[in-house]
Amino acid sequence: MNLRDVLDRLGGELLTPESDLDLEVTRFFASDLMSDVLAFTGPGELLITGLANGHVVSTAAVADIAAVVFIQGKKPSLQVVAEARESGLPLLSTPLPMFEACARIGSVARAREP
Amino acid sequence: MNEDLCYRQEYAVRGGDFSRAGEVSRRIKNLLKELGLDAAIIRRAAIACFEAEMNVIMYASEGTVHLAVTPADVRIVVDDRGPGIPDIDLAMTEGYSTATKEMRELGFGAGMGLPNINRNADVFRIGSDPGRGTRLEMTFARDGRPS
Repeated sequence: MNLRDVLDRLGGELLTPESDLDLEVTRFFASDLMSDVLAFTGPGELLITGLANGHVVSTAAVADIAAVVFIQGKKPSLQVVAEARESGLPLLSTPLPMFEACARIGSVARAREP
Repeated sequence: MNEDLCYRQEYAVRGGDFSRAGEVSRRIKNLLKELGLDAAIIRRAAIACFEAEMNVIMYASEGTVHLAVTPADVRIVVDDRGPGIPDIDLAMTEGYSTATKEMRELGFGAGMGLPNINRNADVFRIGSDPGRGTRLEMTFARDGRPS
């Protein structure tokens, strides 16, 4: 599954226009807790979150997160988007709530091993 | 002075300055990349450093991050001036946290920080002088395990 597929399934919007939509993602993690992102993800995972502040981008950069999807139509500030673009982190936004977003990705992606 | 030292640097962290949270960890991460270290050790060091940096920002008044890279390992020592930790065993328990509601709203303070540093570092030492400050010492072996 690549970022284009994720956007299609989630009816989403790309917030970082220059991002490569062919980027493949095979592992997914959903959380609003950056502490959990730091503790329980591996490199290259796609993060689905309802938290839209600058700490998401900092955390993603530190934890080698491949891309971030904001749910519920949330979008971080322009400054945060600029920081993400600077560090080459694709940001997506979907109007869907968390459960629905995860369910749609989960219907095609293999479940993440604990 | 260690003659095998490849690199040494110090960074200041200001307590309470959430707007610059993660800045030191990102600089260190970029530096380790430039030095050509393995991606797995860079990730482990960056995550542990970020957790420690967030702790200084959330709880202390100021702190210093000391980075040393040798042919064998990456060492990060974080010293802070702050309230210290009265019960280190308790603080090392996953889920135990003294974070405020504001910190939690930012996505942190879940009581995972110190245990996560311990998990990512190959050697982790913590010492604290309640009322004065805390010192964390972490070592990451360059031929160590993957992330």
